[in-house]
Amino acid sequence: MLAVKDVSLTFNEGTPDEKRALENIQLELAAGDFVTVIGSNGAGKSTLMNVISGVLAPDIGHVTISEQNVTSLPEYKRSGYIGRVFQDPMAGTSPSMTIEENLAIAYSRNKKRTLRLGVTKKRRETFKEALATLHLGLENRLNASVGLLSGGERQALSLLMATFTDPNILLLDEHTAALDPSRAELITNLTREVVERTKLTTLMVTHNMQQALDLGNRLIMMDKGQIILDVSGQEKEALTIEKLLQAFQDIRGSKMDNDRAILG
Amino acid sequence: MFISIFGAVESGVIYAILALGVYISFRVLDFPDLTVDGSFVTGAAVAAVAITHDIPTILATLLAIFAGFIAGTLTGILNTKGKINPLLSGILMMTALYSINLRIMGRVSNIPLLSETTIFTQLKQAWTNAGIDTALSSILTSLGVERVPGTWATLMVMALVTLIIKLITDFYLKTEMGLALRATGDNERMIRSFSANTDHLKIIGLGLSNALVALSGALYGQYAGFADLNMGIGMIVIGLASVIIGESIVGTKSITRTTFAVIVGAIVYRVVVTLALRSTFLDTGDMKLITSFLVIIALIVPKMINNHKELKRKRKKRLALEQRLKGSA
Repeated sequence: MLAVKDVSLTFNEGTPDEKRALENIQLELAAGDFVTVIGSNGAGKSTLMNVISGVLAPDIGHVTISEQNVTSLPEYKRSGYIGRVFQDPMAGTSPSMTIEENLAIAYSRNKKRTLRLGVTKKRRETFKEALATLHLGLENRLNASVGLLSGGERQALSLLMATFTDPNILLLDEHTAALDPSRAELITNLTREVVERTKLTTLMVTHNMQQALDLGNRLIMMDKGQIILDVSGQEKEALTIEKLLQAFQDIRGSKMDNDRAILG
Repeated sequence: MFISIFGAVESGVIYAILALGVYISFRVLDFPDLTVDGSFVTGAAVAAVAITHDIPTILATLLAIFAGFIAGTLTGILNTKGKINPLLSGILMMTALYSINLRIMGRVSNIPLLSETTIFTQLKQAWTNAGIDTALSSILTSLGVERVPGTWATLMVMALVTLIIKLITDFYLKTEMGLALRATGDNERMIRSFSANTDHLKIIGLGLSNALVALSGALYGQYAGFADLNMGIGMIVIGLASVIIGESIVGTKSITRTTFAVIVGAIVYRVVVTLALRSTFLDTGDMKLITSFLVIIALIVPKMINNHKELKRKRKKRLALEQRLKGSA
């Protein structure tokens, strides 16, 4: 479904600030895979996300989605295949527009935008049904401005909007990191529900090791721009935080820098 | 008195179209577009040249709209493809338009239209034939107004045209394209992640904005009876003043309401300026000062009112609390 081949990316090349953000990344996701990505700050997790979504172009290597090479496709075209939820709950929705207008924008993702009304009676019913799956009562507030919603509600709406039109790939970039623990749990549960129901091929970056262990069928660990660990299936089921930290130490010969990696 | 306010409302309704254009760039796209000062003249110039070449007035006006659209798209291209900052893109386009407008006008800086057939002379003719003017004027006379307006055609028809443009704008901003345009001004990163080409949207949005500005210029030229190279100076400020004044009076709850606010703002602005200029200590040279003053008032007063309300609410709450404490003691 998604393949990242031989991808390398260096920032500020040839200057004293040179930073090798990605080094020869090889990653392949089968249809329906739910992969969690962990790693300390600067490991290249977000850069990898940005290369897949087209925000950044790799120096070498290429990205394919459903057998199609998308490396040179600009971000806005690629986002026809990719649903994204950002870390910042404010980033995924348009605050001055209403809930139904935001959903209408998501609805048009994989279609040509025309001069027909974005919100029609028929669509409104679809939107209501979809919102009901969030169990937040948003289906009764279709005309509320999104700017009035709480961070958790906005992130739930972002998640719904990202998955609304069955994209080929779902990218979640630390989408629970900016929320308080109870809200984060809500979004984590919603994520599990949505991915199970829609069988979306998902790549989720997280700082929370427990979350990375609880969700998905495969886990990869990144460090200094490389994928250093890739476990799936039974092996992943058996993983614990201690084992992960030990694995890191065995591979890297040093302790994991876990200032931001949340253990519990 | 009645005549000058009547005139102010008339021109206010024409400027309302300009204000709707400025609303699209300034508020919807969040793009302070200074092209307006140039594209207003482009509209007037294209219409005037077309009319003096005996092109039918409606067609002349449509040509003006098209010219404004092109000017706006060029600003958009400078900003999106050339990666030039929005303000600078507008300034560059406005500056270039000054020379382009002079070319359009055949290297003269003023084209008189007083002896030509314009949309308004045609309207006046039709209106007089229908006998509407005499009917309305006699009502006014019976109400005790001494000097009555020459014709009602301009006001009535312009109000209708402005209303139609408002309704089209409202509809457009609710279409799939319109929603994407609004999201572009609101959260660009988000709308790109929903597969919208923000560059194209900005270019189209600025095109539409300046098309409305040029329409306003074309109509104003025909209304005033001339196209002048310098008639666009300060138009962006008038547009902004209308948007800001209207929003603070009428509010911005919904798109429909905001576009209505913008029209009200344009008319209120004209009327206030006219009234101010009638005072003995201000003359036409003070117009820009009045404009700035009005915008400052419209920006500050609503905030002061809100603060005052907030303070009052808090004081009430505190008093209630004190009362309750006394009661329990």
